[in-house]
Amino acid sequence: MKVSNVPFKGTKDQEAKLLEVIAKYKDQKGALMPIMQDAQEIYGYLPYQVQKIIADETGIPIEKIYGVATFYAQFSMSPKGKYVVSVCLGTACYVKGAGALLEEVEKQLGIGDGECTPDGKFSIDVCRCVGACGLAPVMIVGGDVYGKLTPDKVADILAKYE
Amino acid sequence: MKTLQDLKDIKAAKHGQIDIRFNPDTAEAAEKTYVLVCGGTGCQSNHAPEILEELTKCIEDTGKKDEIQIIQTGCQGLCAKGPIVVVHPGNVFYQEVDPKNVKRIFDEHIIGGKPVEEFLMVEEGPNGEDIPYVESPFYKDQMRMALRNCGKIDPEDIDEYIARDGYQALAKALTEMTPDEVIQTVIDSGLRGRGGGGFPTGKKWQFASGNRGNVQKYVACNADEGDPGAFMDRSILEGDPHSILEAMAIAGYAIGADQGYIYVRAEYPIAVDRLYIALEQAREYGVLGKGIFGTDFNFDVDLRLGAGAFVCGEETALMTSIEGNRGEPRPRPPFPAVKGLFGAPTVLNNVETYANIPQIILNGADWFNQYGTETSKGTKVFALGGKINNTGLVEVPMGTTLRQVVEEIGGGVPNGKKFKAAQTGGPSGGCIPAASYDVPIDYESLTSIGSMMGSGGMIVLDEDNCMVDIAKFYLGFTVSESCGKCTPCRIGTKRMLEILEKISEGRGELEDLDKLDELAHYIKANSLCGLGQTAPNPILSTIEHFRDEYEAHIVEKKCPAGVCKALLNYTIDAELCKGCTKCARNCPVNAISGEVKQAHVIDASKCIKCGACMDNCAFGAISRK
Repeated sequence: MKVSNVPFKGTKDQEAKLLEVIAKYKDQKGALMPIMQDAQEIYGYLPYQVQKIIADETGIPIEKIYGVATFYAQFSMSPKGKYVVSVCLGTACYVKGAGALLEEVEKQLGIGDGECTPDGKFSIDVCRCVGACGLAPVMIVGGDVYGKLTPDKVADILAKYE
Repeated sequence: MKTLQDLKDIKAAKHGQIDIRFNPDTAEAAEKTYVLVCGGTGCQSNHAPEILEELTKCIEDTGKKDEIQIIQTGCQGLCAKGPIVVVHPGNVFYQEVDPKNVKRIFDEHIIGGKPVEEFLMVEEGPNGEDIPYVESPFYKDQMRMALRNCGKIDPEDIDEYIARDGYQALAKALTEMTPDEVIQTVIDSGLRGRGGGGFPTGKKWQFASGNRGNVQKYVACNADEGDPGAFMDRSILEGDPHSILEAMAIAGYAIGADQGYIYVRAEYPIAVDRLYIALEQAREYGVLGKGIFGTDFNFDVDLRLGAGAFVCGEETALMTSIEGNRGEPRPRPPFPAVKGLFGAPTVLNNVETYANIPQIILNGADWFNQYGTETSKGTKVFALGGKINNTGLVEVPMGTTLRQVVEEIGGGVPNGKKFKAAQTGGPSGGCIPAASYDVPIDYESLTSIGSMMGSGGMIVLDEDNCMVDIAKFYLGFTVSESCGKCTPCRIGTKRMLEILEKISEGRGELEDLDKLDELAHYIKANSLCGLGQTAPNPILSTIEHFRDEYEAHIVEKKCPAGVCKALLNYTIDAELCKGCTKCARNCPVNAISGEVKQAHVIDASKCIKCGACMDNCAFGAISRK
């Protein structure tokens, strides 16, 4: 898992929200994952400082929280770009050329999977099947879905995002 | 809280609206026009929301709110032709609808009564005549049991589900049957798990049924559909979420559990939203909650979202994850029926399995087991993808042949290419070659030819796909998804992937095939869970059926399909080259030399095989072999 060097900039507001979430789930069975999912929603990622708050409030050891955070692909310990570029590498997309698509995105942005551009604008996330197999190969940029892609369309699509 | 009579009243009131969508020919004259817009993920990501918006606007502009009703349904199945809009009466099917054309469809058809011919989906019949979509091969050979409501009802309206006999099976189980009778019916139906294993569902319930009422038990639903390229369960959750809640309540009654959990992929936001809506409605109607239908049976369901770990589709890992841990599997026995979620006896089935339950209870075991083959009853849903014309969701009776699914329903391989293989079972399955085209699809037949039923992903491969590359793709997937708990899977799959990489880069030796075989059998025999035990299948089946392709990579150092980069050679045809220098200017490593207006040459020792020259050549002078 990639851990970011970007300094933690959490606000009091975010912390208040997180405490609310923890209070809501605390007494449920198996509460840790829902708390971490909401925490990531609030902060955009799960830095050490956020894991520490969860540990202190729930009494769950921090090493267990760290273990869970590093186990699941969805949890990230480095911040995401303003626009997340998800290239689908599910089988249906792969056999229709998603590999070349990913290469082109990496070339255009100058970063690899799981990384964020220095200006914080884009980050790349490889995903496994978004389920839009009828549109294969598929890429999602900031929530917008682009289908039936070829590498030559990548530059124009990325240029749309400012 | 609704009573049984209330449900009957709702059904009667909704009857006219629902009937026309299922039996367009026999339905009484419609009171309204119904416009069904597909709200499955495929269409949703392909402008369906804009179509909905445009339609709503059209209706507002004309003030015909009482005469025209828009219904957002679940997946219609034919994702390749999305977004899809169906208009009733008339059962008129529009494909690839552009939001810009919605106004025309609205004015000419919905108001004017005349379907817009140019946007219709029409298939060419055997004699060149036009045939409507319902009679086209894609729909006519399918049999919809698990998907019976998908694409026809509004998944966010519990009344529409009730009008389709919704929650009647639960009512029947609670008021007319004992828990043991429910279990016996499921056993007699012959229903087997649709998630991959194929274990008899009724037996699973029976194992967990002891000591009812005295111990805490759970019912869980596996909706962690992680097999890349598979979207059967997602479509059911998106299109008919209440059927899953009803089935889980029935399972709860059968084993004596009062709490259910659905573990669903967070990557399925639409399914998650609709499940939350369905849960809220079911609680409001009292079909979930305390004292359901006036009996002393209590049952509720909670959602747990996955976080992107394929191994959590394995049952023990899934339960470990619900408990809030790293999703690592544990040895069985004890099986979940004895010691499952939070240490309590648990029944865990997948989405499609549950989707069959309400109808089995309502129509009886004999109704269900008349379909399918001797050992595999009912139907199976497949997500067809890859090199196939009709990408989408299909449901066929067990025993249908692969040829029927690919050639007839799937419309064959596009661009005149040749069918090479179908991959079923995802990273746990194998490739079925053209030679086995006529094998009937059921649990035993697929296993006997080295693949497996799996959860229903079916990826079609054509002559342009390299089988070594496909095996490498799946191994790459398992390596990154292996949880690391047991050595055979963690290290063994990595070693197999390295050997495959070696072969695809032209450094392979013939003895590598023996090494792969030895490792594969060792990993299958010694891994802790299903992920490791099945991980070698893509390699074993491709070596078995496509050994010549592996040998071409190893002996001739060639990739016959032209996929494996390191084995490709780019050459310039001196006859066709005009000497425009464009290739040389675009080559990132200056591997191309030549004078202006004279044929250029590629230096193979410098070439990094990026293909930039070929993409830039305007004269088609560069070939890749």
